[in-house]
Amino acid sequence: MKALRLSLLGVLTLMFVSPLLFMLLTSFKTRQEAGRTPPTLFPQQPTMQAYDHIFHASDTPVLRWFANSLFAASANAMLVVATAALAAYALARMEFPGRKIVFGLIVATLFVPPVILIIPNYEIVGRLFWLDTLIAIIVPTAANAFGVFFLRQFFLQLPRELEESAFLDGANRWQTFWRIVLPLSRPALATLALLAFLTNWNDFLWPVYVLFSPEHQTLQAGLSTLQSANSVRYDLLMAGAVIASIPVLVLFVIAQRFVIEGVSRSGLKG
Amino acid sequence: MAVQTAEEIDTEQPPAARKGSLRDRPVTAWLFLAPYLALFVAFVLAPIVFGLWISLHNWDFTLPRKPFVGLDNYKDLLNPDSVSFAGFWNSMKATGIFTVLSVPLLLIVPLAIALVMNQRFRGRNAVRAIYFAPYVLGVAVVGLLWRFLLDANIGVINYLIGLIGLPDNTPWLSSVPQAWGALVGVTVWWTLGFNAVIFLAGLQDIPHEQYEAARVDGASAGRTFWHVTLPGLRPVTLFVTMTTIIASANMFGQSYLMTNGAPGQKTRTAIFQIAETGLQNFQMGSAAAASWILTVALMATSVIVFTLFRGREGERA
Repeated sequence: MKALRLSLLGVLTLMFVSPLLFMLLTSFKTRQEAGRTPPTLFPQQPTMQAYDHIFHASDTPVLRWFANSLFAASANAMLVVATAALAAYALARMEFPGRKIVFGLIVATLFVPPVILIIPNYEIVGRLFWLDTLIAIIVPTAANAFGVFFLRQFFLQLPRELEESAFLDGANRWQTFWRIVLPLSRPALATLALLAFLTNWNDFLWPVYVLFSPEHQTLQAGLSTLQSANSVRYDLLMAGAVIASIPVLVLFVIAQRFVIEGVSRSGLKG
Repeated sequence: MAVQTAEEIDTEQPPAARKGSLRDRPVTAWLFLAPYLALFVAFVLAPIVFGLWISLHNWDFTLPRKPFVGLDNYKDLLNPDSVSFAGFWNSMKATGIFTVLSVPLLLIVPLAIALVMNQRFRGRNAVRAIYFAPYVLGVAVVGLLWRFLLDANIGVINYLIGLIGLPDNTPWLSSVPQAWGALVGVTVWWTLGFNAVIFLAGLQDIPHEQYEAARVDGASAGRTFWHVTLPGLRPVTLFVTMTTIIASANMFGQSYLMTNGAPGQKTRTAIFQIAETGLQNFQMGSAAAASWILTVALMATSVIVFTLFRGREGERA
């Protein structure tokens, strides 16, 4: 039984790690070697020429895309956490007419397929003159229903007594939220920020269509233009893919627990 | 941790305000809600209605005049003689094929992995991180990587297949049904970690006493799985099934990057077709109508799945 499990896990690891490893190794190969049959595993003459090329080509400014993605995903994560925390707190702790309707609407949109929003949001973003800007990547997707749902569940679990004693000491709602609730919620806020960052960093369809100029692309959308500009230059494509993978993999290694717990809780009501 | 469906959450009361020590004026609550609601109304609620409005017009983003055409966009999509019919239904068929092939695999494989992972062993967290890792990469990286690995001529996959003596020239990205195998396989590779992690959390939520009771009764491993594990996982399975159907029916990047819809437009999915029609050719009225048809089809599917799960629950009770 133990041997079976070990070999199963071994195969699993191989299946998931080796493609990524091959991507990394290929990015250090020459153009000729990357397209050679039979393929080589390790680069015979390791070279940075693929990176050199993609960093300096004017139609595929990969470093600029990297900066764009980093900025957009960070800004989006902050916007998601700030707006969702405020809304979730009101929904978790305050009594007001219409609370059930608001929460019901938000939960209902969790199950609305995103395809329904693409065409109208393009039109809306166009009217706001946001097309071909990073604002189009940052703002519309910040209306994150999952974030409100997730943080509300977290706030409901916090002991009410702390907030009540703060209130008795004369703190108002805002002060209670800012000084008591938010500090207690750091793990949940960090989890949501991470998930929002990853989702925004990896978003694909929307940036492909709303961004046009080479210098305004995010990395994910840019990679597809890298592909159409260099369809058989696999050395370049793999170098671009490595650049796009590094931040999310680093983030994942550092904060693995938060990411995985955030995802596993999405199927459960805490 | 109790597991609930969305419907139950909907009607749930938070244990708020029972003591009345913290009283708020309603305006306070609305101020807290305002920033989120502004985004929610502008980019979720209003677009749903606005999309319906667009679908009733001959709507070109680049033209000032957008004449009202009533249900013509819908009629055209449903009329075999119209020009938009073939492209749309071909893409709906592609989405249907992809969903039917990928959803079962994305339920069974992650569940199997979660069952193995639910045992205690050294290095468990490392293994969990490894199979989850592709999910954090995003479809652009995954699509490019697998396009390279599956290249018919220089790809490693065909090379490895050749090494064990099988034909080494499978056109993974340019013929069907091979391309479906490639698209489904890559999607399973990319997202199974996500579902496995949710299943694992569900397994850990099943009360230990139920397994104890089954053991005392002398139930076999198979019977325990069938009578304790599966029923205990039902709410989680429902959630995973629904989200996986929605995700599969919205598949875009894999097809865009790996096959570009080839051969012909056989692997061009519905959302791919809608985006090209609306945002490339700017026939937004037709594209909005198409996205409503796709959404209604998806909602009907969700209702059927939901009813099936509910029905099974009834039988057990």
